[in-house]
Amino acid sequence: MSAGTAKLNVTVAEVKPINDLVTRFKFVRTGGGDLPTFSGGAHTVVEMQDGDITRLNAYSLMSNPADRGAYTISVRRDDQGRGGSKFMHSKVKEGMEMVISNPVNLFSLDLRAKKHLMLAGGIGITPFMAQMHQLSMMGGNFELHYSVRTASLGTYAKELAERYPGKVHIYHDDQKEAIDLKTLLANQPLGTHVYVCGPKGMINWVHGTAEEMGWPREAVHSEEFLAPASGKPFEVKCAVSNKIVQVGEHQSLLEALEAAGIDAPYLCRGGACGQCETNVIGYDGKFLHYDHWLTDEQKAGGKHIMPCVSRFEGKTLVLDR
Amino acid sequence: MSKTEFPPSITSRPVYGELEARSGSGHLMIADAEGAEALLELAKSADKDFWAKAHIIYIPKKTGTKYSSQLEELGAGQYYAGPSYEAAQSRIRRALQDCHMGTQVYLSGTESLMGQAMAEATAAGIPHTAIQTEHRGSTARRMQCVHCKGITEDVTTDPFECSHCGLSLFVRDHYSRRLAAFQGVRVDAEDPGNIPEKVELFK
Repeated sequence: MSAGTAKLNVTVAEVKPINDLVTRFKFVRTGGGDLPTFSGGAHTVVEMQDGDITRLNAYSLMSNPADRGAYTISVRRDDQGRGGSKFMHSKVKEGMEMVISNPVNLFSLDLRAKKHLMLAGGIGITPFMAQMHQLSMMGGNFELHYSVRTASLGTYAKELAERYPGKVHIYHDDQKEAIDLKTLLANQPLGTHVYVCGPKGMINWVHGTAEEMGWPREAVHSEEFLAPASGKPFEVKCAVSNKIVQVGEHQSLLEALEAAGIDAPYLCRGGACGQCETNVIGYDGKFLHYDHWLTDEQKAGGKHIMPCVSRFEGKTLVLDR
Repeated sequence: MSKTEFPPSITSRPVYGELEARSGSGHLMIADAEGAEALLELAKSADKDFWAKAHIIYIPKKTGTKYSSQLEELGAGQYYAGPSYEAAQSRIRRALQDCHMGTQVYLSGTESLMGQAMAEATAAGIPHTAIQTEHRGSTARRMQCVHCKGITEDVTTDPFECSHCGLSLFVRDHYSRRLAAFQGVRVDAEDPGNIPEKVELFK
């Protein structure tokens, strides 16, 4: 359990395949009533009871933040993934009761911006859908540049282009279309903020190019959820709870702590928010840091670990949990 | 030497750094009086291409023509020298309107100049943390009277008389980025008439 992750009991109201890879899910409150309000860019953590395993995956809310009747998310099936998206695609049916977290926003709009420039790659479109709803209600100035593999895999591309005429630009990989980032960034009026959500390479490309072109760091925003990497099993000693926990090959350290009944904090479960930062009391071995949170110095220091995505290889690891 | 080390103070008091040439699509430089020295110092590390994209707005104040020919020789794409901040303000606004994201802003000189130009640049959409500043020259302060809200420029003593309402004001380090001014509070509010001797704190 974690602060800010109070649970919501919901019922699946709709399961709608969008294309070969993406399915949309709609949740309403079980027993009726409004859901909490949220802001564009927020995500929810969906709990999946997959046999003995509880999977917790974060998905961006894509519905209109003003609509408290339902939340919608879109899930891209990842056949190489650890199973969360496959579970959503194969096991979740209309009428099923599920538990999700309250919305948490780690990718909110900076409302001081005079213009919002959004760059999406693939399923990274989802947080922008809620943000565009929000901005169009506020009369905000925005522009979306959305890179998709093919027209048929361009999730919501067509309907967005219709909903926001003149503001949506679609780029198809298979037609060799690509965002001309340098020109785009060079021509933005003062007060523009740029937001990017998509694959890691795209995020790094935008951060790198913007920095090179003199954009202030505060005006460049990104969100990438990491899936916890698999790796060699390892053992961890928890000093506070006095437990020895085994972390499996396809299990994250955080999931192993939770399975052992240890109250470990978390929010995003994807190495971005910093909530699960844990002090290391002692170790003999090597850390595999995968998060975006710790600084390079901290990663080298061996005093901290982010259990949601990072792993350990070696003899002993003692944590302050 | 035109540099001043300010003693550590409360969080609201601005701190200044040293200008460095950064990559950007343009360079907007606003300086007054000895602030010119910071730009001339910067010139030692910046190449010619850098100055071609630069726009210098300079207010010499009491330094007259001491620095202006050196500044002109830097070869900035645009160079303007004006008699006062007020006179330069419409040019600053226009320059900010015309530039794009990626433009770097450099401010140097007095706190009054940097504060007011900073307020313009942030209003135009540049995060204040992305704007470079370097203090040079006079430490005289731009003060706002918290009672009548009038602004008194170039305050060098504590207390000082508000140039609008005439109250004797105590000079605080409490600063407003929005007003680009320090706060002046009536010094004899508790004991009217008991006004301490003026001390020259700023030059």
